[in-house]
Amino acid sequence: MTYELIGITVLWIFLYGYLIVASIDFGAGFFAYYAKVTKRDHVINRLISRYLSPVWEVTNVFFVFFFVGLVGFFPDAAYYYGQTLLVPGSIAIVLIAIRGSFYAFENYGSKQSNIYLFLYGATGLLIPASLSTALTISEGGFIEETAEGVHLLTGELLTSPYSWSVVFLAIVSVLYISAAFLSFYAHRADDQGALNLVKKYALFWSSPTIIASLTTFIAMSQHNEDHFNRMMELWWVFGLSVGFFMLAIFLIYQGKYYGWAFIAVMFQFFTAFFGYGASHLPYLLYPYITLSEGVVNDAMGLALVIAFIAGLFLLIPSLILLMRMFLFDADYVKGKK
Amino acid sequence: MFELDNVMLSRLLTSLTLGFHIIFATIGVGVPLLISIAEFMGIKKKDPNYTLLARRWTRGFIILVAVGVVTGTAIGLQLSLLWPSFMQVAGNVISLPLFLETFAFFFEAIFLGAYLYTWDRFKKPIYHWFLSIPVVIGAGMSAFFITTVNSFMNTPQGFEVKDGALVNVQPLVAMFNPATPTKVFHVLSTAYLTSAAILAAITAFYIIRKRNTEYHKKALKLTVGSIFIFALLTAVAGDLSAKFLAHEQPEKLAVAEWHFETEEGADLILFGRLNEDNEVENALRLPKALSFLATGDFNGEVVGLDQFPEDEIAPLWVHYMFDLMVLIGFYSLGVSLLYLIVAKMKKWNENNKWLLWLIVFNGPLAMLAIEFGWIYAEVGRQPWILRGYMTVAEGATTSPNVGWMLLLFILLYTVLGIGVVTVLRKLFKNNPAESELERHYPEFTAKGEER
Ligand code: HDD
Ligand code: HEM
Ligand code: HEM
Repeated sequence: MTYELIGITVLWIFLYGYLIVASIDFGAGFFAYYAKVTKRDHVINRLISRYLSPVWEVTNVFFVFFFVGLVGFFPDAAYYYGQTLLVPGSIAIVLIAIRGSFYAFENYGSKQSNIYLFLYGATGLLIPASLSTALTISEGGFIEETAEGVHLLTGELLTSPYSWSVVFLAIVSVLYISAAFLSFYAHRADDQGALNLVKKYALFWSSPTIIASLTTFIAMSQHNEDHFNRMMELWWVFGLSVGFFMLAIFLIYQGKYYGWAFIAVMFQFFTAFFGYGASHLPYLLYPYITLSEGVVNDAMGLALVIAFIAGLFLLIPSLILLMRMFLFDADYVKGKK
Repeated sequence: MFELDNVMLSRLLTSLTLGFHIIFATIGVGVPLLISIAEFMGIKKKDPNYTLLARRWTRGFIILVAVGVVTGTAIGLQLSLLWPSFMQVAGNVISLPLFLETFAFFFEAIFLGAYLYTWDRFKKPIYHWFLSIPVVIGAGMSAFFITTVNSFMNTPQGFEVKDGALVNVQPLVAMFNPATPTKVFHVLSTAYLTSAAILAAITAFYIIRKRNTEYHKKALKLTVGSIFIFALLTAVAGDLSAKFLAHEQPEKLAVAEWHFETEEGADLILFGRLNEDNEVENALRLPKALSFLATGDFNGEVVGLDQFPEDEIAPLWVHYMFDLMVLIGFYSLGVSLLYLIVAKMKKWNENNKWLLWLIVFNGPLAMLAIEFGWIYAEVGRQPWILRGYMTVAEGATTSPNVGWMLLLFILLYTVLGIGVVTVLRKLFKNNPAESELERHYPEFTAKGEER
């Protein structure tokens, strides 16, 4: 395997990891707020904070890992994205900053406030929307290169059906993934009241998710036909994704195997995300940067791969420890510790 | 004189974010060590006062870390957004430590989560203390890695430029550049110093406010003792930093010292001002001290600004930044030494009001020294972003709207700053240490009363 393939695979896996863990977090924020407004907060909010409190920082590091890794493995891509994403990127930073710090203020600072909860819920939907911009512009057509440098065509971005369908897809996926996870967690915690509520959320958000996926496909065929055709060559991957989707919905509906249901959700997004990623190649940023032209020099590539492997030896045992303490420790989940 | 072009705005926004982040980053690096020491003493001496100290520090710490994490995420992204050309080069040559830093973050974040939520989960308290070690190490490693990147900006090496392309890249050589050892040493020692100084300042303030319990006295002794040790280390590290500068980056030292002409037996100039002819007035002169600081020999030769083209010389005002930082370093050393001497003398009372106020001031002053130090280090590198290779102007973004983003972030940091202060005050105001001691360790307080 070449460095560029290793690099993009590693980054894509971590971005996928961020997609899952952050969706759980973002969606939970929205549900917490929604439950408060509809006066059902006593049912689920304790459950939510019990899972999120110990892990929110780890979630954030997944994101940091991705963009630092991008600078390392593909410095040219970092240059183009850096030049163009100043405004959406800054907005995303501000939202992330508000969300993270206010979460900590509320949770460790023993101050319950509706404003905090509102910010926490609203940012949960706005962050995925603003981050998805980076994927949107990678399809090309939103960037202009002139003698002075590279610029974002904001007008095109805001009027493109493709860009809005991606935003829509990002938001509903977040809610769907999160509800599926919370169903699993509530089931483990033996919390019937919470389970009934989040199960309803999961089933409710499943249909917009599949509709949004379809509209994104259609919008893609209009926006970047090449990429759409490459996606069609990988039709079976997306077919698998739909299969996992149906399995997940069936399992949640049937109400016994919530763990498996969530794993099916993870596979649904894994296949779709990697199908999208694989068909995106060879371009990192269409049509400016390809994988092989944008990759870092060999010496740094090797160093990063070695660092990554060494890092995994540290990371995996620590993550297992964390999950055993807070996710699979039945007493903790049930609130007895 | 002051043009608000993209370069200037990008510099302002970068300094704003870094200046804000470094407050929380310094606490994030230093406080875990003090928490770990306090918890360990609690276990060793079987004294719940220390354990409670660790618990309460942790509770304040976690809120500050949250702000450190979000502002760190901000600066990490902002570097690519504001300095894309610089990051393109950095990605090729110095991305290894940046990448490694994320693993340090993972490590620290995971164990911090575990540490926070497991206070009463283990049968043996020492197991809980073990969880603090990876947090201390993880925080130290993140400081180490990011500081190697900053060192690289000052003394770049480990690559060659051929026809505009970067060739022959050696990541480890770039990472372990000449500036790395002294910088890392200085950054770590000052983070520990500043954290101890802030915790000591809070404790001293409580004692002045008549919370004069055993808990507070023990806390003060522990923190001021730590200040003394780390102030000594900081002075050593600072001295080594100056010698490093004299050797590898003489223009930075010369700017800070207003050392215009190369000479032997150079005087050290403290404060003062420059008149129109660039002559120093009203300054305190320590004869031959600069030569000693720079070379370890009172008659050593120190390179002056005359050796450098005028457009490669940093603004002369960094002189004051340097002097203030050093002054505060000696203030910390002096105050902590004074406290320790007074505490040793049976006849004297170390909890005397004047002494306590000196300790209170030391906290914010140490944080100011961190800011002054970084401003000196960073502005003193001007006009270079990568010394000798790329100027700041070449590195900046060309995209419009930087000004709006600057406003946006000023607003953000104002909100965060106010939020942190409000939340921390609420957290401790209604929950004094004495009542918490009783709640958590009823047997101990009961015994204490019998005595
Ligand atoms: C990864 C590298 C790095 C690190 C560890 C730091 N900086 Fe820096 N800093 C930069 C990377 C940088 C930069 C992006 O390269 C800038 C922009 C312009 C320049 O010369 O360097 C810069 C500029 C810059 C300026 C503006 C200088 C001017 O007016 O020209 C200030 C005041 C600071 N920084 C302050 C800090 C603080 C408070 C730091 C403590 C965390 C810090 N820097 C660490
Ligand atoms: C260019 C300069 C810097 C960058 C790009 C940077 C980057 C970051 C990032 C991305 C985070 C968030 C990590 C997370 O999500 O957990 C962070 C937090 C932190 N940074 Fe910085 N940082 C910089 C400067 C510094 C300096 C100079 C220090 C120390 C001397 C430092 C120490 C820390 C610490 C201790 C944290 C908290 C980490 C945690 O608890 O997870 N940073 N920084
Ligand atoms: C005791 C006397 C001190 C001396 C002689 C001293 C010396 C120096 C020198 C020469 C530098 C520049 C290094 C470089 O740019 O490469 C520096 C930077 C710095 N100083 Fe100090 N310092 C002292 C005390 C302090 C104190 C008390 C603090 C904070 C608590 C502090 C914080 C810093 C920081 C954060 C930097 C930037 C890091 C760096 O660039 O190395 N210093 N100091």
